[in-house]
Formats: sequence, C-alpha cells, structure tokens
Amino acid sequence: MKKRTFKEWLKQWDQGEFDLDRGEAEALHYRPETQEKDDDSWAHRPVRGLREGEYTLFVKVYPFAALLLASVMIFFFMRTVAELPPFASACTPANQSEVIRRYIENGLTETGAVNIVAGVILDYRAFDTLGESHVLFTAATAVFILMLAGEAEPEDKRTRRILEADTVLSVTARVLFPLIVMFGFYVILCGHLGPGGGFSGGAVIGGGLILCSMAFGPERISRLINMKTYRGVVLCALLFYSIAKCYSFYCGAHHLETVFSPGTPGMIFSAGLILPLNIAVGLVVACTMYGFYSLFTRGTV
Amino acid sequence: MAFCLNFPLFLIVLCLISSVVSSVLPARAARIWSLGLSAVSTAANAVLFRYAARTNTAVTYLMGHYPHPWGNELRIGPLEALFSAFFSLVLFLCLLGGRRQLAVKVAPQKQHYYYVMADLVQAALLALVYTNDLFTGYVFIEICTLSSCGLLMIRETGRTILASVRYMIFSLIGSGLFLLGVILLYSITGHLLMPNLKESIGLLWSTGQYHLPLLSSICLICIGLAVKSGLFPFHLWMADTYGAAIPASSGILSGLVSKAYIFFLLKVIFDVFGVDVFYACGIHRLLYVMGAAGIIAGSVGALRENNIFRMIAFSSAAQIGYIYMGIGLSPTVGIEAALFQILAHAVTKPALFLSAGHLSDAAGRSKRFHDLQGAGYKDPFAGVAFTLAAFSMIGLPFTMGFISKYLFGMAALDGSHAKMVPTLLVLAVSTVLNTLYFARTVLRLYNKPQADDYERVRIPAHLSYVTAGIVFMAVNLLLGTLSRPLLDLLLQGVRLF
Repeated sequence: MKKRTFKEWLKQWDQGEFDLDRGEAEALHYRPETQEKDDDSWAHRPVRGLREGEYTLFVKVYPFAALLLASVMIFFFMRTVAELPPFASACTPANQSEVIRRYIENGLTETGAVNIVAGVILDYRAFDTLGESHVLFTAATAVFILMLAGEAEPEDKRTRRILEADTVLSVTARVLFPLIVMFGFYVILCGHLGPGGGFSGGAVIGGGLILCSMAFGPERISRLINMKTYRGVVLCALLFYSIAKCYSFYCGAHHLETVFSPGTPGMIFSAGLILPLNIAVGLVVACTMYGFYSLFTRGTV
Repeated sequence: MAFCLNFPLFLIVLCLISSVVSSVLPARAARIWSLGLSAVSTAANAVLFRYAARTNTAVTYLMGHYPHPWGNELRIGPLEALFSAFFSLVLFLCLLGGRRQLAVKVAPQKQHYYYVMADLVQAALLALVYTNDLFTGYVFIEICTLSSCGLLMIRETGRTILASVRYMIFSLIGSGLFLLGVILLYSITGHLLMPNLKESIGLLWSTGQYHLPLLSSICLICIGLAVKSGLFPFHLWMADTYGAAIPASSGILSGLVSKAYIFFLLKVIFDVFGVDVFYACGIHRLLYVMGAAGIIAGSVGALRENNIFRMIAFSSAAQIGYIYMGIGLSPTVGIEAALFQILAHAVTKPALFLSAGHLSDAAGRSKRFHDLQGAGYKDPFAGVAFTLAAFSMIGLPFTMGFISKYLFGMAALDGSHAKMVPTLLVLAVSTVLNTLYFARTVLRLYNKPQADDYERVRIPAHLSYVTAGIVFMAVNLLLGTLSRPLLDLLLQGVRLF
C-alpha cells in the first residue's frame, strides 16, 4: 500500500474507504444471519491500521513482548509474596485478628452450626453468599442467551449410538446414580453439621444427573427435569433465598430477634436458616450444572 | 432509625428477585417490570438522598446481626444515594429509549432475558455503590461483568459474539487483578470490611510493615478497576464492544457499568486506603498520566473512525481518561471534577448512543458516515438530541460538559505546578479534537446528499424514545446551567465519604 498524503487520507476517510475487501470481511463472518448493512463494519478490525510488513513484525515481536511483561510481573509478584506473612502460621495478621477469633469461639453458639464455614458463609457474611448464588444464576442465564436454540436440537446421533452401546457406562450409571444422588443430598442436608453444604452437594447431584443423561439419553431424564421444572425449581429456590435473607437482614439491622433460632447444635434441625438455605443453594447448583451440560449438548434443557 | 434507610437493602433484594421472576415472564411483562423497578429505585434513592443530605450523616446499615468486622454492611451517605438515584434514572431512560431497537434486533424468544440482565446490572450497581465491604464489592463486580456480557451478546451477530468474548477477557483480567489485591490486603490485615481495613492500612503505612505487599495490593486494585472501566492503554475493547451492541446496551455499559467501577474505586480510595496513603504512595501519578494519554488516544481514535458507534465509543475512552486525570490531580478539587464528570458522561453518552441508533436506522441501517448524510432531516428529533449531546461532549456553555471541563481547568490551576501546564494543554488539545470529530458528524447529519434518488422520508418518532431523549436533554441543560447546588452537594458528599 502506498503512502497517502493527508488530503487523500481525509478524502478516503470521508468516503469510508478504510474498509477491507468485502470478501475478506465476509470470510470472517462465522455466523451468517439476517444481516444489516452496518455489519460491513466487520472490516474495522483492530489490526486495520497495520500494513503487511507491520503485521508480520507485530506477530514476531508479540511473543517476546508478552514474555518480557510476564517475567517482569512474575518478578514483582515473587518479591511481594516473599514479604507476605508466612503461610499457615499462628502469628499472621489474618489468624490473629478478632474476626477469626469470634468466628471460632462464638460461631457455635451464635449461628448454631457445627461447621464453622457454613456459619460464616450463610450467617456472618450471608450477603456475599446471596450475591454469589445470583452469580450462578447470571452465568446460567448468559449461557441460555448464548446457547438456547429455538427448539431442541437432536443430540448427535453417532455419539448417542456409541453411548447407548456402552455397557460399562449404562451398568455403572445404573448402580452409581442412586448412590451419587443420595450422597449429594447427604452433603447438602448435613452441611451445617460437618464438611459440605449447598454448593458442594449441589455439584455432586448435578454430576449424577449428567451421568444419568449420558447413559440413558435425555428423553428419559427429561421426565425428571425439563425446562419447566428447571425454571420452577430455580425460581422457588432463589426467591426463598432472597426473601428469607431480606427478612433476616432487616431484623439484624433493627436489632430484632428472628423467628429462626440456632437450636441445639449438632441436631439435624438446628442452625436456624442455614439448613433451608443450603437446600435452596444445592437445588440451584444442581440445576445449573445439569443445565449447562444440557445446553451445550442439545441447546435446551 | 428512619425508615428510608432500609431502601438500599430492599432495592438490592428487589432487583435480585425481579431478575429471577423476569426469567419466567413473557418479554412484555418483563419489560414493564424492569422499567417500573428502575423508576421505583430512582424515586426511593432520591428520597434517601434528600434525607441523607438534610441530616448530613453517613450511616452504616448492618446486613445481619453482626457489626463490622464480622458481618456484611452497607454504608449510606448522601453521595451514595445521589449516584444510585442518578444511575437508576439513566438505566430507566436507556431501557425506555432503546426499546424499539431491542425489538428489532433481538430474537423474540430471548427478549425477556435482556430485562433479566438489566435487573441484575441494576442490583450490581446499587450494591457496588452502597457496599461497605470489599469482598461484597468483588461479588457484585462479578455479577456486573457477567450480566454486561449478557446485555452485549444478546444481539447474536458474529461480531457481537466476538466483541463480548473480548470484553469478557478484559473484564475478567480486571476482576482477577482486583481479587489478587483483595487477597493480599486480607493476608496482611486480616479484615475485609472497609472501616477496619482503613484503620489497619493506616497503621501498616505508618510503621512501614509489609510495605511491598501493601503497595502491590493498591496497584492491583487500581489497575484491575482501571482495566474494567477502560483506561488507556486498555481502552481498545471499548470500540468493538460499544460498536457492536444494541444502543441501549452500549448506553448502559458506557454510561453506567464503567462508571460504577470508577465510583467503587473512589470508594476504595477514600474508605479503604485512605486519601493520605493513596496520595502518598504515588499510584495517582500513574492514573494521571494514563488518564491524560487516554484523552488524547481516545480522541485520535475517534477521529480516525468511520463508523458512528465506534467513534462514540472512542470518545468514551477519552471521557474515562478525564475522570482518571481528575483522580490523579488532587484529592479535593480533582475528585469533585471527576465525580461531576461521571454524572455528565452518564447523561450524555447514553443519549448519544440512543440517537445514533435511531439516526443509523433512518440512514438505512448503516453506521457509516457516508450513509448518514442528511439523516438529521429524516429523523429530526434524533438529530437534535444527538447535536445537543455532541455539544455537551465538546463542552459548549449551558451543558454539563462545559461545567466539567471548567472544573478540570480549575482543578489544574489549584493543584501543583508540575501538573498545571500538562493538564491545561491536554484539555485544550482534546477540546479541539472533540470539536473536530463531533462537528464533522453533526455537519454530516445536516448536509443534504447530492444523489438524485434521495427521498425526503420522515421516520415517525417513537414516543418512548422521544420521552427518554427529552429527559436526557432536560437533565443535561438543567444541571449545565444550574450546577452550583449540585456541586455543593457533591462537596458535602465527598466530605462524608
């Protein structure tokens, strides 16, 4: 490309001749649909301003520049980490602060949860977790926007045949599915008594549903979970979560007692709101996990 | 406790609930719900603002039974309430004015998801503005990032998908850096709530203990939020993102989402690092230089552009540069100018995007300048709205843009001598560049094409767009002419920050 004078440049700019070749622009178009004229602007790629020689130079220089930047950042991060308080030592600021002390010493009496982690995420810092469960919902909705086709795409037939002929898969699934789901419910229901909770238990159940769907086909599992149940379950779980927590925040801010008491620590019905919230979170997580799998394979739930 | 202090909690929960409910509603009902929600949020925050400005207090609101440092908290002051009311109003106007474009450009079975995402963005905006907890801020930054991606990619052309992938990569890098900064702060202080963090950081700074980790975390948090809001040299995603989305999304993303990150950064500077520590550690100089460079780079980028949406997007990069330059200038006047610029830009940019959308429709759905010739005659209202917003961008008197440029000039004269000349120079150069590219656009809009087949078709005005456009213009002119009360309120808010 020859060098342009400023006047020529101004003229070209004015007439819109900066665009690439039409054919080149269309080759980049991986998803044709009802196109409008403005999608000519495909041609405005960021590399637009680069001439051929500059482009090869860019490609050559880029890895080295990236390497250099990465090394500089690694150097500074290493220096920083070297000055941090030692890991897992009793005398770090994080371990000595009054925050941790109250969580450990009073957590059992204040929240009623034997599992301190459940007490922290669902009672002390419950607003964060309310946001966190809506992050899941946001991600699921974004995937819906991206993947949801008008109607269900049939699963790839070849994959289906291979999966159905797989005796190992179907027998294993038949044996393991009830166990996996049972274990998932156990993890959710005992989240306040030991390690576990809604997020981990929901992931286990979601994994079980995915296994089941792979082994027996989406038609059979859609009797258990389909678009309608998916929406209903997520709607109810998140609504319950938001409303219950709003009530508890409101009471907290006005120094009122809630109707949910910590109860006797160690009993299944104890720890106030933690058990119902764990169930709600678990349902959302299980549905989201299965929903992702189903959307990516078939384009619908 | 006054009842209106409960509003932030109710509104955030209401936004979350609305998003979940909207996902099962038909598109029309979801739209009405979403519009109603942002209207209610505007009104409630305005009431709260009136209360907070009268009592002249900032209150912490417990989210649960545990005060800081153990439980989550909100912090309600005049500045927070003012910005929430403003953000909700702009969101309402964007959704209202962008309605028609949305109906044309988004598949009907997916339209209700747009409002789900809009509700989530609103929840995130409110939470980012009100939070008193650094980690809650991170959680809602995540919601904001993901739902902005949803708003972008709902228009499913190949280009939009590519743009949203790009946006997501940049945005996630920003979130990641921010999270690293929060982790470093936690490991050297053991706190996540803002008041406790400020106390510990002040102590660490004065004793000099953990100096390097503290510096790194300040850098990481600032750079993370700067990447997310599109500061130079991370501004190149903006052109793709805002250029490819539907106008309402471009307006929400440029006018609200990036502004919410900056407001949160200001909150972190005031409530976490403390103004003294932040301005002593020197990172404000980096923000100042990058802001000034961004103003020039954005303006030059806009000048080279041939697509009206991408031109407006580059001009956004320049406006973000102004805000960071203000933060870098000085902790008092500079911050005031930056806050006013946030408001001015939040009013002007969505108006530009919405009118550009209508103008490009009038020009046969083309965004190229060549085809936009005479579009101002075909859609007269959009032409007027665009022109007024462009005047505000240039900084003509009686608009908000003038006041914000005036404030930047005053801040430059007020500050140190080293920064005075470069700031004034950048202001002058950028005003000339702004004038160049906006005047050129406006002249194009009102220049009759010479082609013979030119028909004088009038595009019928759409009531929802006209309403939104009139409110945008009215707010711009009102706050541009009667800016003194607003400036006083901003100063009062900064003192309570």
